[in-house]
Amino acid sequence: MAHIPDGVLSAPVLVGGGLMSAALLGIALKRLDYDRLPQAAVLSAAFFVSSLISVPLGPSSVHLLLNGLMGLLLGWTALPALFVALLLQAVFFGFGGLVALGVNTMNMALPALICALTLAPWMRRVAPGRRFWVGAAAGGLGVMATAALVAIDLGLSGEAFLPAAQILVLTYIPLAVVEALITGTVVAFLQRVAPEIIIHDEAGHA
Amino acid sequence: MTEGALLAPLGSGWIAARDPRLRILAATLFALITIGLDHLPVALLAFALALSLALTAGIRPGFLLRRLAALEGFMAILLLSLPFTVPGHAIAEIGPLAASREGLHLAGLILLKANTVVLTLTALIGTLEPVVFGHALARLGVPEKLVHLLLMTIRQIHLLHQEYLRLRQAMRARAFVPRSDRHTWNSYGWLMGMLLVRSLDRAQRVMAAMRCRGFRGRLYLLDQPRWRIADSGSAAGFMILCMGLPILDRIM
Repeated sequence: MAHIPDGVLSAPVLVGGGLMSAALLGIALKRLDYDRLPQAAVLSAAFFVSSLISVPLGPSSVHLLLNGLMGLLLGWTALPALFVALLLQAVFFGFGGLVALGVNTMNMALPALICALTLAPWMRRVAPGRRFWVGAAAGGLGVMATAALVAIDLGLSGEAFLPAAQILVLTYIPLAVVEALITGTVVAFLQRVAPEIIIHDEAGHA
Repeated sequence: MTEGALLAPLGSGWIAARDPRLRILAATLFALITIGLDHLPVALLAFALALSLALTAGIRPGFLLRRLAALEGFMAILLLSLPFTVPGHAIAEIGPLAASREGLHLAGLILLKANTVVLTLTALIGTLEPVVFGHALARLGVPEKLVHLLLMTIRQIHLLHQEYLRLRQAMRARAFVPRSDRHTWNSYGWLMGMLLVRSLDRAQRVMAAMRCRGFRGRLYLLDQPRWRIADSGSAAGFMILCMGLPILDRIM
């Protein structure tokens, strides 16, 4: 649901999103060494596979976005990882448009970056037993910020889209709750099993 | 969708024989032109062209239908709301709401455009081997580091998907049935956490294997793209076809 198909957005929104994601991708790639490429690839593959899991929710089921968790664990690397995932989904699954790829990348990556820059430092300070809540915050924030960005894109593309945008944001709320719970659980699990994944030094968090 | 994470149906025939770079460029051009169209008949023509491309590429109609259904939720909300939110000539009224002709027109246009692009992508790029797709992107000027990330991710998606299926089987063996409750969400959280832990082990093994083969901070792309005369011909034909659409759109 976070993938905007082609044919919906107006040209300025498409160009703006494209330019912004190109610029941010450039920065993120510069910060990513070839040395850390395997790790980035493996983690982004793990997120890709996790987002394929259909999670039962009420009478229907949802797929998680996982951008909050990616921001938390990958930092800036979440950007190229999300871009690669969206590109593969557009081309091989038919989710989201090709021309809208830049906008879709921004919708997913900006919330990830926010989580990386605000929640990841908080994670380092907070007591290990309470890191579930940092994870939950990242999960909820990731989904709702993405929903807000999708709504903004639609609103900027035409006033007629505004009611649809509002309905869309409402449909994201249940997903945000489940994603917060699951992301919190993932973080609590990693805290017990492999704490080095969630707490990395500043240098590693590139 | 969870079976065979990245298995594209390999196409056959004339389109499958074309150079991957040409297919990527053609799909991008066609998508760009399609989203710029303003008239329903022309958009319908573009859709028909995309559909014939997909059928020429040798994709089964059943697969195409499922692919188009993926547009689902997002489109449903837009299509149901647009007729009532675009101001204009009212043609039908449901209670206090009036559906406008302009709104229906816009909804139809969006539906056609979105499906056209998905069909084109499926026909021209979706039939590529994911690895070939990555190499072609690099030859088209996409930064190499990004392409290497893409190639490695594609490979790892395949491996981790198998790991995921193994973990799922272990859960099934313990009589796990997904439901809409806290237990399921917790279990899925642990499942994803386990996938991440396993994947980091995997990353260390990959890195060790790379060091073993003398990795010195650079990777190489080893494909040898070959452009044929038929590719030039197809490119020219496709260009003419593509240019026809906006001209028709202008005339109408």
